[in-house]
Amino acid sequence: MTAPAGAEHGGADGSRLATLAGAVARAFGDAAIPLDCRPGELACALPADRLLEFAKTLRDDPALRFETCIDVSGVDFLDYGRAEWKTADATATGFSRGVARGAARPEEAVEPPGRRFAVVYQLLSVSLNHRLRVRVYCPDDAQPMVDSVTGIWASANWFEREAFDLFGILFRGHPDLRRILTDYGFIGHPFRKDFPLIGNVEVRYDPEKGRIVYEPVSIEPRVLVPRVIRHDNRYDPQLTNAKPNG
Amino acid sequence: MAEIRNFTMNFGPQHPAAHGVLRLVLEMDGEVIQKADPHVGLLHRGTEKLAESKVFNQSIGYMDRLDYVSMMCNEHAYVMAIERLLGIEAPLRAQYVRVLFDEITRILNHLMWLGAHGLDIGAMTVFLYAFREREDLMDCYEAVSGTRMHATYYRPGGVYRDLPDSMPKHQYSKWRSKKDVDRLNERRSGSMLDFIEDFTRRFPACIDEYETLLTDNRIWKQRTVNIAVVSPERALQLGFTGPMLRGSGVEWDLRKKQPYEAYDRVDFDVPVGTNGDCYDRYLVRMEELRQSNRIVAQCVDWLRSNPGPVMIDDRKLRPPPREQMKGDMESLIHHFKFMTEGYCVPEGETYAAIEAPKGELGVYLVSDGANKPYRMKVRAPGFAHLASMQEMVQGHMLADVVAVIGSQDIVFGEIDR
Repeated sequence: MTAPAGAEHGGADGSRLATLAGAVARAFGDAAIPLDCRPGELACALPADRLLEFAKTLRDDPALRFETCIDVSGVDFLDYGRAEWKTADATATGFSRGVARGAARPEEAVEPPGRRFAVVYQLLSVSLNHRLRVRVYCPDDAQPMVDSVTGIWASANWFEREAFDLFGILFRGHPDLRRILTDYGFIGHPFRKDFPLIGNVEVRYDPEKGRIVYEPVSIEPRVLVPRVIRHDNRYDPQLTNAKPNG
Repeated sequence: MAEIRNFTMNFGPQHPAAHGVLRLVLEMDGEVIQKADPHVGLLHRGTEKLAESKVFNQSIGYMDRLDYVSMMCNEHAYVMAIERLLGIEAPLRAQYVRVLFDEITRILNHLMWLGAHGLDIGAMTVFLYAFREREDLMDCYEAVSGTRMHATYYRPGGVYRDLPDSMPKHQYSKWRSKKDVDRLNERRSGSMLDFIEDFTRRFPACIDEYETLLTDNRIWKQRTVNIAVVSPERALQLGFTGPMLRGSGVEWDLRKKQPYEAYDRVDFDVPVGTNGDCYDRYLVRMEELRQSNRIVAQCVDWLRSNPGPVMIDDRKLRPPPREQMKGDMESLIHHFKFMTEGYCVPEGETYAAIEAPKGELGVYLVSDGANKPYRMKVRAPGFAHLASMQEMVQGHMLADVVAVIGSQDIVFGEIDR
């Protein structure tokens, strides 16, 4: 693993990051793939099949000592880099092109298989005062599953439950993988990119039946401001002297 | 011999000591807790998913509604994440304003916690005292942002506007005597900084008042000492941060260890507990009130003698001035585009964390180069704290559950998101 972008940032932070990057490289070698990140941060991708072994090293290695797992979050890369409105072409149909795109989704997959779901761990070492972000891709898109790290960091318990609830990512070996945030009896995984923002069912009190009833949503999905991706020369790595991730 | 079985008890979600909508399923052996299973999510609004469908700046207001008793701190983490991705930094004066309001927010939060915690375990008076001081700080929120709670004051690149030169005054009405109104308005006769300075002078005596009521109070100590003891190693394992971690004796404060904004320019101490019980966590937060007051006073001094811009001078990130917009077509278009389409944030990901009153509040932000976040995840401190409920209450009495909930400083806006 090569030195991160933040390493040449200078100062105490920079040298601490360089030390950490060196320690990560020593511990994992080529298995850890460095990821782009902002100055002062360090991130790498680890293979899913050796996650448990690596997590233990991250916690126990004297040069790493990540005692705390601050956060675990799922990410769905299904729509990554996909805009709702073309900015470069002519405006033949105007603003309305941005509306109601929620239903129509192009068939072609932007991300290669095995890259749709990722689990991102934010690790913190209180004793050495450094942070590391670890990304693990779920190998199977249809049934995303990674090993649970609850045995290594107890705090991962609820965070993994949350990622399961919202993204449907399964955690092998989790002691109590139940839904946590959504309603009792909820169907689907709401934070997936193919789950509509307005949801699938709505709930109301039915005075005739004398109870709460669930019905299909009656509102239309609508995009108020389309999602656009504009090219900006200020952030273009070829045009500026800055490092691509700097 | 009769067969004795544990019974299951439901606590909440409508319970005054549940701090909102906590539902606890408790397995009891007599009055002793064997198992506690918190059910959360009754306040889940999908803030993170909503943010994915909104332009970056439009989500700032949603951040206030996460931890709704420490509003501006939530904005701070979110705004800092955007700033990291954009690679910009707020002007120094804006950084001081943010520190000022982060600390005001910390005092607001701790006063709310103190009142509610006291009320939960039988001390009524502190609640009334704490709300007296909260009122003054709420007025500061109102003076600077126009809103008493959900301020939407921070912006990527600074804050929305500079501190006002005057404080709004109370009007005479039949509900308050003229003497009272005059007394309240006397403090409000100067600028906002004068008002805050006056507050920082009064406030230490107020903390003494709360401490007189509680710190050596026999009932208070019986309810909190040696309740829910967490060892430092276990606290780290469980992902504790903030006063919960410091109460267990770990000296860890992001403001000191990984300073952001102007925190490395102000002087303050970090209190640490020794036993890791509810009483130590109480003592830590009380001392934090004093330290926050110190920081606020330093910020007031600095802000008074250092005028300057409070927003970065980048027309891609701030709307054009009002006068220009009214007089010039290009500026009007610019204003319209900024307010609707917003700005695009370069591709990348970041994690920005601040020391919120409850612990480490982090925002993990992924951008694919669009004008909306690709994924936004809020790391709420209370979520990790509540997850440890089972461990903290096991073997304690039912009444101690309430003490533990109070000690964890639970707010459901951030846990359920």
